[in-house]
Amino acid sequence: MATPLPPGLQLEKVDERIMTLNVGPQHPGSGHMRIIVQIDGDYIVACDPDPGYVHRGEEKMAEYRNYITNIPHLERPVIHDSCNILYPYVLATEDLLGIEVPERAKYVRVIASELNRCVYTLYWLAIYGIFLGHSTMFMWPAGDRELFIDLLEKMTGARVTHAYFVPGGVRNDLPANFEDVCLRQVAYFEKRIAEYADVFYDNPILISRTQDTGVLSRNDAIRLGTTGSVLRASGVDFDIRKKEPYDVYDSLDFETNVLKAGDSYARSKIPWLDMMESCRIIRDALSKMPKSGSVRVKLKPNPKGGDESVYRRVESGRGSLGCHIVSRKKPEPYRVKLSVGSFRNLVAMPYLLKGEKLGNMPAVYWSLNYWPVEADR
Amino acid sequence: MDAEQQPATSGTAGLMLSKFPGATILSDKPDRPQVRVAPGEIHQAAVYAKDLGYDHAESVSGVDYPEDSQIEVVYHLGSYTNPDLQRNVLALSVRAPREEVPSPGRDSTRLPTLRDVFYSVEFHEREIFEMLGVYFEGHPDNRRLLLPEDWADLPPLRKDFDIKGR
Repeated sequence: MATPLPPGLQLEKVDERIMTLNVGPQHPGSGHMRIIVQIDGDYIVACDPDPGYVHRGEEKMAEYRNYITNIPHLERPVIHDSCNILYPYVLATEDLLGIEVPERAKYVRVIASELNRCVYTLYWLAIYGIFLGHSTMFMWPAGDRELFIDLLEKMTGARVTHAYFVPGGVRNDLPANFEDVCLRQVAYFEKRIAEYADVFYDNPILISRTQDTGVLSRNDAIRLGTTGSVLRASGVDFDIRKKEPYDVYDSLDFETNVLKAGDSYARSKIPWLDMMESCRIIRDALSKMPKSGSVRVKLKPNPKGGDESVYRRVESGRGSLGCHIVSRKKPEPYRVKLSVGSFRNLVAMPYLLKGEKLGNMPAVYWSLNYWPVEADR
Repeated sequence: MDAEQQPATSGTAGLMLSKFPGATILSDKPDRPQVRVAPGEIHQAAVYAKDLGYDHAESVSGVDYPEDSQIEVVYHLGSYTNPDLQRNVLALSVRAPREEVPSPGRDSTRLPTLRDVFYSVEFHEREIFEMLGVYFEGHPDNRRLLLPEDWADLPPLRKDFDIKGR
């Protein structure tokens, strides 16, 4: 007796010519995910990303905890960028609870989120380097990342999982000598980051491997709803920090980086250019920040939201990061949805890999600025 | 459009209401209009939103309402190309019937897909199908995405799926 298979479980037919390959979930080149590729000789004819191996049920967990106790676990999907993944949640919670954040806290948040963006981008760049076989580009960013981790440790007390942002401000004020140390580290890093061009971005081997591979046109980037560096590498000027400024981004001096080529090379260059802008933002924010004042508004215990839903978004290291909270007058949110850049950019992967050589897969895949754990949540 | 019959709404929410009189405006805060339409109108409403300049889906969330016997799907639509809408996110929502004993893909919890209007909802709709059991009719690829292939429990984001030990 044949029971019809439910729609999630259909088997696929494969041609005699076509071979199906599972890349991952244990393959180091795939991250914690599986990519099912069908190849004809050396060329990819179809690609089916299969995420979910590091799914943690963050959204379900958030329904069982109150607005404050949600903070430490919601940053876990991307611990290298833990300030930015909490940012939209904290902004949305402040909207729900009607909290006004002190001016100094807004600047501290911007500095923390830009430092975190550099930590994430350097980690990603290290991975991108090693998967293209460039081991120097693994060592350098991994080493330079320590600069920012040290700064964030001074700020927050933890090296990676900071849990620093809270509704109403940040958890604690900056240490006494933070500004001097930060300016010194940023000045060193700015000199250092220019050297990345000599060894990596101007390297003819890298250029020959990544230029004109996985080209995403401007129209397709918009149609597929991609975000962040993928979108801006295809010539769309859209950065939430500029288009819908949150906290104090509208008073800071920085540019949005846009490239037109839309290939893997452009996609890998945008985060590097963004780090230079992050250094500018940090320096500008340090100079404009009020030198004293409160950094946190005291909340009532177990605060309750109203009967409404809010959606806030920020620009994270991987693009737009949105948080949708449905509140129903309870101390716990009724529903928390994180719309993350990695998940949104995933839709471009089958599109870009189709027709590429199998050997170009790491160059295209990692250029999507994809973080498997964040995509799964 | 009869101006006298319109409530005091402006922008996208007002345009949506004049086009779809059965729609409910849930909120008309600046840059965050929230509109709920009937399942029969969601596809036309999405086409209309695209005509207004919304060109991609930022996020699609599913929310379970057991006491109403309904599951809500909220499409957050944004625009990259229209400078007037760059701060704007339209929350277009629709409710599907909910069954006490779900059989995902085979019961009445169904909605028309928006994949043909907004390509960017493809993976989001797949996620909602496995997490809440809403089957999207016309979606070209209604397979599971994050859950294991042999998952045989309730769709986990339904309210009656309890975390063990809580």
